[in-house]
Amino acid sequence: MTDLSEVAAQPLLRTEGLTKHFRIGGGLHRQTLHAVDDVSLEIGDREIVALAGESGSGKSTIARLLARIYQPTSGEIYFQGKPLSGVRSRPDELRYRSDVPMVFQDPFGSINPVFRVSHGVLRSLKLHRPELSADERTAEARRVFDIVGLSPAAEVLNRYPYELSGGQRQRVGFAQALAMRPKLILADEPVSMLDVSIRIGLLNLMKQLRDEQGVSILYITHDIASARYVADRLIVMYAGQLAEAGPIEDVLAAPRHPYTQLLLSAVPDPKAELTLGAADRGEPPRVINPTPGCRFRFRCPLAIAECNEQTPKLLELSPGHDAACLVAQSGAEVKAF
Amino acid sequence: MAMPSIYEAAATEGLLPGAPQPGKVPSAGQAFGRIWKSIRSNKKALAGAVLLAIFTLLAIFPWAIARDNPSAEIYKASLGPSTAHLFGTTSYGQDLFAQAVWGTRETLIIAVVSGVLSTFLSVIMGLAAGYLGGAWDSVLNFITDVLLVVPTFPLLIIIVAYLPRVGVPGLILVLVVTGYSYGARQLRAQTLSVRSRDYLEAARVRGERRFYVILVEIIPSMTSLIVATFLGTAVYNVLAAAGLQFLGFGDPSSVSWGTMLYWAQNNEALQTDQYLWAIVPGALIGLLGAAFALTNYAFDEISNPALARVPLSRARRLNPVLNPIYRRLSANRSS
Amino acid sequence: MRTGQAERLDAGWVLQPGQPVLEVRDLSVCYRTKRGDVLAVDNVSFDLARSEFLGIVGESGCGKSTLLFGIAQLLTPPAEITGGSVRFEGANLVDLSDSQLATIRWKKLSVVMQSAMNALNPVKTIGAQFTDAMRAHGVSARQEIAERSAEVLRMVGIDPQHLRSYPHQLSGGMRQRSMIAMALLFTPDLVIMDEPTSALDVVAQRSLMVQIKELQQQLGFAIIFVTHDMSLVSHFSDRLMVMYAGQVAELGPTRRVFDAPLHPYSIGLMDAFPSIRGPKVPLTGIPGSPPDLARPPEGCRFAPRCPMVTDQCRQRPVELVSIEDVQVRCLLAGNGVVRGD
Repeated sequence: MTDLSEVAAQPLLRTEGLTKHFRIGGGLHRQTLHAVDDVSLEIGDREIVALAGESGSGKSTIARLLARIYQPTSGEIYFQGKPLSGVRSRPDELRYRSDVPMVFQDPFGSINPVFRVSHGVLRSLKLHRPELSADERTAEARRVFDIVGLSPAAEVLNRYPYELSGGQRQRVGFAQALAMRPKLILADEPVSMLDVSIRIGLLNLMKQLRDEQGVSILYITHDIASARYVADRLIVMYAGQLAEAGPIEDVLAAPRHPYTQLLLSAVPDPKAELTLGAADRGEPPRVINPTPGCRFRFRCPLAIAECNEQTPKLLELSPGHDAACLVAQSGAEVKAF
Repeated sequence: MAMPSIYEAAATEGLLPGAPQPGKVPSAGQAFGRIWKSIRSNKKALAGAVLLAIFTLLAIFPWAIARDNPSAEIYKASLGPSTAHLFGTTSYGQDLFAQAVWGTRETLIIAVVSGVLSTFLSVIMGLAAGYLGGAWDSVLNFITDVLLVVPTFPLLIIIVAYLPRVGVPGLILVLVVTGYSYGARQLRAQTLSVRSRDYLEAARVRGERRFYVILVEIIPSMTSLIVATFLGTAVYNVLAAAGLQFLGFGDPSSVSWGTMLYWAQNNEALQTDQYLWAIVPGALIGLLGAAFALTNYAFDEISNPALARVPLSRARRLNPVLNPIYRRLSANRSS
Repeated sequence: MRTGQAERLDAGWVLQPGQPVLEVRDLSVCYRTKRGDVLAVDNVSFDLARSEFLGIVGESGCGKSTLLFGIAQLLTPPAEITGGSVRFEGANLVDLSDSQLATIRWKKLSVVMQSAMNALNPVKTIGAQFTDAMRAHGVSARQEIAERSAEVLRMVGIDPQHLRSYPHQLSGGMRQRSMIAMALLFTPDLVIMDEPTSALDVVAQRSLMVQIKELQQQLGFAIIFVTHDMSLVSHFSDRLMVMYAGQVAELGPTRRVFDAPLHPYSIGLMDAFPSIRGPKVPLTGIPGSPPDLARPPEGCRFAPRCPMVTDQCRQRPVELVSIEDVQVRCLLAGNGVVRGD
């Protein structure tokens, strides 16, 4: 019987030094790809945390580590205070999987085209809530389909995926996650493959899930604007490491890390004036056998000598707002882009 | 104070349109009707299906077509074709027509049973190797590759030569073990391509065990490839079995097209102007092979077993063949 | 002003001053499918002046890519042009034969595709592919090819040593730039781009857009830029065309369409982009899906999703009307009723 006060003090999910390396190449060309290096982040109850970064930043790898598709190379993930490495038995694993389900990016590939869309939901219910009878399962499936806006639920449940639009399929993904009564939903770029006019609907659904169902969501994206729309906190990743983290309005109003500033300056905003500033071409970072030091230094106009030797760690620069930049941590004003 | 957009205004009044259109849900009857229609529209499929149907009827009800006992050596030997004996008689006085018709049964049994078992083995070996990867893949694939590389027919001959007189079961066993490898290779390749699809990862993330994923999530999407494998194997096995029987392996006292050829060869049928004795079984073997092959072509055309994205509405047309099975596997029991 | 050593290699057509480089009139493209004919592009008309940057935006299924292929005469069966004309520098491309088209292709009109990894040959070096392109259009002198290839690469900001690289050795941004460089080999009058930045990250995207605009100002070619992300073109295009269900919904100067969209679909689209600056407002997007083009609705194609729909809208198809310098296909727009924020 866990001490309730102890449980309440812990964040819902916490990672400590989470690292994932992949071996690539074979034989004589063995190299290590540092997909995720030393990531320590937290996700609380009833909050949407946006994990933003470009390709190669490691954000998708983090999602897969949290979903236990990959095993970490080192570091630990704590869910409700308990380490995931201790989850070994089948019942424990099932419990974790129902607490932390995942919604995938591709609406056209994430549902098995051979079965009706009810298949995934009903299987989830069968696996994770075995106490329900068949009728109760159907009723529950209808309930979650209604919550995500797929109405009339009974009728949509009987359709095949090809009869649904992309936006509807993504809602099915959320329904499948909801059926397990999750605490945290890992959403891996859930709207990037949808049409723009449909995205808002899904983003609103995510907000609704947080507010009405009390679910936390880890929203992985490369689109900062959509992150601002739904998220409470923002975590920016670069080259497998955390660059900046904090309440989203704080980070967007006063970004401390040069990479965050670059990212924000590059976001197309039709209502703002065009700033042609950066000559930065968006070349991807080197994460194969990287050298120590800040991985952004090759592109950073503010890089100093220390940036070559010391790998910066996240440091709190203002309440709740952390950045991993030696220049910012030294107290200097950071105006890179 | 910003004016609300027209969309927000409409939303607050509950006027927003956009309810999903009711979709058409195919019932089982409609599904079977559709597959019949697609067979009917494709000439090759129709020809193949008709031939297979005829052969099946012959195999099940041979007595209805041929009155005589095929093994009874009661007639005058080496007669030519006549109204009494449609194909004439053998050197032993057996009615050739009866032999041809009764022989259908054994040949078809060999083809179908070995085809099914071989496909079953291909599916297990191929899918497991492809999906499980790692050590499983290395071991299973190694076995398959060895059997793939070894020339099958000589291997068959050697195996059968060392076994005591094998009957049909032995023949089937040997054919299955040596013939599954090609299909296994194809299925493994297809599995590898499907393996990284999100819906498989989604199944794992929701807690499904690996064998469940293989059985329920992967196999249904490969039905067309599996069916094609079965049909291809069946063709090959018909020919291989007949070939083995012709060479004298198998049971020469049984009645099948291959043994007919064996006896025809032994009695120098062609040299002694008993052409039909040799031609009839040969032609029938060819026809049965063609029936399977035509149906195979048709499946290729109706569905797309390749790695490209399947036009899903067309995939639905084929899957309904196995829909009743899927429905039991699928968690959705309603309808 | 043309700079560079490759002069105009074909003097077949000469562009008169003031003449639009492209005049599309009532272009219609149809897909012949088993379910019936699907009109993917329905009577699209527009002019394109020299050095003009036209952005065509719309969501999946609106017909923008089909329109692009129709203009470039790259359609393959079951798609075919069923009506209208595409006058490029005076000549109707629809009527031209393949050999006649070959004389303008790449020299006057070039195309940049969506995904460079698919468009570039993975087993040939960049330089070899440039050589192929130049040889195919009549240039065979090795010296000239080498010099021009290096020159276009420098124009897009790539070191000419990468002529010896294979596509997989370059980053996504560099691959797209080499595609653009290849399109500029003969300094065409018109470059058509089909979502050239969609596979890139936001920083690379911004950099590429800036580069494209600079090249356009430097070399003077016209651009048709197709994208689903209208905020991307908002700062770069001169005019903006919003497409919906195969038709032109709105067409006008970019800033006009952005600041004061007239068509309810455009209004909805503008509102569907959350902003990273300014106040956080709840948005609604546009619920529903585009119509099935095999069976389009009787009246306005947007009526099933329109929050301002009236009975009149559903009765008969809506024509394009001109309101000042904007064309819009909406019955309500003309009355000043529809007004976005």
